[in-house]
Amino acid sequence: MEQVAVEYGRGSDGTLRVALAGDWSLTRGIPSSTSVIEEIERRPLPKRVIFETGVLAGWDSGLLTFLLSVLSRCTQLGIEVDRHGLPEGVRRLLALATAVPARSGRSRAEPEPVLARVGGAAITWSAGLGETLDFIGEAFLSLLRLFAGKARFRRSDLLLAVQDCGARSLPIVGLINLLVGLILGFVGAIQLRRFGAQIYVADLVGIGMLREIAPIMTGIIVAGRTGASFAAELGTMEASQEIDALRTLGIPPMEFLVLPRLLALSLMMPLLCLYADLLGIAGGLVVAGSMLDISPVQYLLETRSAVHLNDLFLGLFMSAVFGVLVALTGCMRGIRSGHSASGVGEATTSAVVTGILSIVVATAIITVISYVLGI
Amino acid sequence: MSSASEQRGNASAEARPKITVSDLTLAYGDAVVMQDLNFTVNERDIFIIMGGSGSGKSTLLRHLIGLHEPARGTISYQGTSAGFWEMPPPERERLLRRFGVLYQGSALWSSMTLAENVALPLQEFASVRGEEISALASLKLALVGLSGFEDYYPSEISGGMSKRAGLARAMALDPDILFFDEPSAGLDPVSSRRLDDLILDLRDSLGATIVVVTHELRSIFAIGNNSVFLDGESKTVIASGHPKQLLAESRDPRVLTFLTGGEGTGNG
Repeated sequence: MEQVAVEYGRGSDGTLRVALAGDWSLTRGIPSSTSVIEEIERRPLPKRVIFETGVLAGWDSGLLTFLLSVLSRCTQLGIEVDRHGLPEGVRRLLALATAVPARSGRSRAEPEPVLARVGGAAITWSAGLGETLDFIGEAFLSLLRLFAGKARFRRSDLLLAVQDCGARSLPIVGLINLLVGLILGFVGAIQLRRFGAQIYVADLVGIGMLREIAPIMTGIIVAGRTGASFAAELGTMEASQEIDALRTLGIPPMEFLVLPRLLALSLMMPLLCLYADLLGIAGGLVVAGSMLDISPVQYLLETRSAVHLNDLFLGLFMSAVFGVLVALTGCMRGIRSGHSASGVGEATTSAVVTGILSIVVATAIITVISYVLGI
Repeated sequence: MSSASEQRGNASAEARPKITVSDLTLAYGDAVVMQDLNFTVNERDIFIIMGGSGSGKSTLLRHLIGLHEPARGTISYQGTSAGFWEMPPPERERLLRRFGVLYQGSALWSSMTLAENVALPLQEFASVRGEEISALASLKLALVGLSGFEDYYPSEISGGMSKRAGLARAMALDPDILFFDEPSAGLDPVSSRRLDDLILDLRDSLGATIVVVTHELRSIFAIGNNSVFLDGESKTVIASGHPKQLLAESRDPRVLTFLTGGEGTGNG
């Protein structure tokens, strides 16, 4: 008999007899225990419950969960349960499962009311803000120690970071900015051709790339590439206690780990940005040559007359600021990531998101200030 | 090290306190992990912090090595003017340099070779340079049986070897106090016994005081000469003294169950 079945009936002496039959396995599905429990709860309450399993063909943990829910209800109601009718394996597993009483204390948290969650999130956010300020302050102090010649870090770490965020970023930074220059030139060409003002494509691309687009694109690429790698690297070091090992030696991780990365990125970003400027203008030049029949010399002359040194320096200044922002967010998320693998993942995500966000916000602020100052 | 050789002659002399912990309460935020801890680690002790999994042993260690500020109470070390957190930061940093710590996962700096790992504390804090530093680093690695592995990276060696390399780094500055967090975790019985022998050797040769967090019974009885037993339920020390003496004299069922290997009480 393979069909799973539960039968129950009361004897005249107040005994509830539960007969289990068939193959009780999780893969075939098991009956719900509610009908048996309802029978147990029916007044007058049975004095004891006994099991009959003579025709039970097979069982696994499906039967155990069924029995556990019956047993726990019986215990609550103070009804005696005779387990002798159950197979021996089942009796032993039941004994194991009920040996250690369930620990009280941390129950599955009930969902908190919306207001409490909003409040909790606000408190966490403001604490995070404090930590961020703390981190920035510490970074600033270690910069001061650097200028005083007291900072402790390995020169080789600085050079490695320079190589990684400088030379190794060149291909991607170059490609993206060349394409952005092309796109900008293309969009401009279509519009300006309608007014016969094709030559002003050079002005559009030159000023646009130098002042805003090259620093922003470079910043975003670096946030995704270098900022993420800082966060992941420092996060893994935190998870494997390597940062603790520095602290117990009295070597401040801020100087040893953050400072070389911060320096490298803020030195390399302006150089990357300069490179991006050139390739962006080259992109515009290609469009002007192929679509508008403007000769390279004409294009470059027009660019030179349109673009001022101010534009160049503003862009370079912005990129240095982005370098500091990306390095700080990447390092901070990494160091604060906590001791787990998921913490490292979250740190990396949030380093990139915060990095890009801070780049955009900083751009807005700098653009407004430079407009007010007439730069 | 000269002080060590002086002390060897009068090992039986009056024990001097190296670390004194008084009324210590440890907490993460509002969650109290341990409270009312009072104990003393004497000079040249091999002091065992034991207890079941999750009883707060590693938390206590993190407080002893200055990674966390206690919620209440003081930890003071021999030869300092005040408790650890009451000292001015420069003095605290000087004290930290007298510690050597072997972390549970050895925590070797993964971007540096073994020799560079051992050399870094020397470069930062010792007044020796260049060739002497690399000679010192090789010496420390040789002391833990890793001669010839100077140029390996931590990812290229086995778990037991990285434990020993971690120990070589912990010994780099000839520390006064060595802290071990679960030294035998993840090691086979032979390697773990070798590490125990090494700990005994270090105490005898360097004259260092050693604090070991462990729940490995064999190690506890083999090397410990003083101990505290932490209990996760009552969140405090429920027994202290020489481990063998505790086994013989303690009446506390929690301590006895632990020290006799337990009867399925889940003390990992």
